[in-house]
Amino acid sequence: MPAVAPRSGEAIFSSAERVNAELFTLTYGAIVRQLITDLEEVDEVNKQLDQMGYNIGVRLIDEFLAKSNVSRCVDFKETAEVIAKVGFKMFLGVSATVTNWDAEGTTCSLVLEDNPLVDFVELPDTCQGLHYCNVLNGVVRGALEMVSTCYLMLVLSSCHIIILV
Amino acid sequence: MAAIYSLYIINKSGGLIYYKDYGSAGRMDTNDTLRLASLWHSMHAISQQLSPVSGCFGVELLEADTFDLHCFQSLTGTKFFVVCEPGTQHMELLLKHIYELYTDYVLKNPFYEMEMPIRCELFDINLTQAVQKDRVALLGR
Repeated sequence: MPAVAPRSGEAIFSSAERVNAELFTLTYGAIVRQLITDLEEVDEVNKQLDQMGYNIGVRLIDEFLAKSNVSRCVDFKETAEVIAKVGFKMFLGVSATVTNWDAEGTTCSLVLEDNPLVDFVELPDTCQGLHYCNVLNGVVRGALEMVSTCYLMLVLSSCHIIILV
Repeated sequence: MAAIYSLYIINKSGGLIYYKDYGSAGRMDTNDTLRLASLWHSMHAISQQLSPVSGCFGVELLEADTFDLHCFQSLTGTKFFVVCEPGTQHMELLLKHIYELYTDYVLKNPFYEMEMPIRCELFDINLTQAVQKDRVALLGR
């Protein structure tokens, strides 16, 4: 099989069809708002967002693999880099930074400097403890589970994901 | 003359989720297609184990007297394979393209349940176009 060169997140993002960023941000906001109304408990909302993300992730991973032509990652370090630089770039248009590696190399943080989901968001005091972007956490969890290189737990505060192997 | 005889998609547990045949040669009934799919799934897994080279991801091409079988497995374990005329070229590219169509028109359909048989009209339409195009390109060569 002829080796196809991996494409950069940038290239895929610019060639893909996109929706208006504000429509996207506001739609996401409306979903979170509705969940808070329906579920009332902030913890339940976090859980639900994570579950929704998971359901997206298990489907999205195939598109990621098909369009990016990346091959199997050799280690967790590479996996984290690919998620941050290719995955996020391809679907959100921004890339994340991988930091906070622990000594064993099993835990790291993905930090989104510029997160389109939170553009107009100010969390009120009543929503303390809400992980507003928990959906991203679920997406990464679902996607990685499908290629099952590692089992992980993620914790996320508005722009910050922590991955454990 | 059809270059491609049939196309199969099998999920990661070996169940046939999509089957389509093109032209008269090698047509099979439903039971046979299911049997072939699960047989191929197991053979593919065994080939991985038997390979003398490390890092083998399984059979990509099976050449027989009357047909070629090209297989592509995604990293998530879904397998796509086409049975075609011996010596048909560029099947890897077609399979890759079918994988992209699958991600677009099957996985993004919210009413499609994962690992279940594919019944998506948009996928059918786009797949037919892709195969047609491939056939035209083949005649041109």
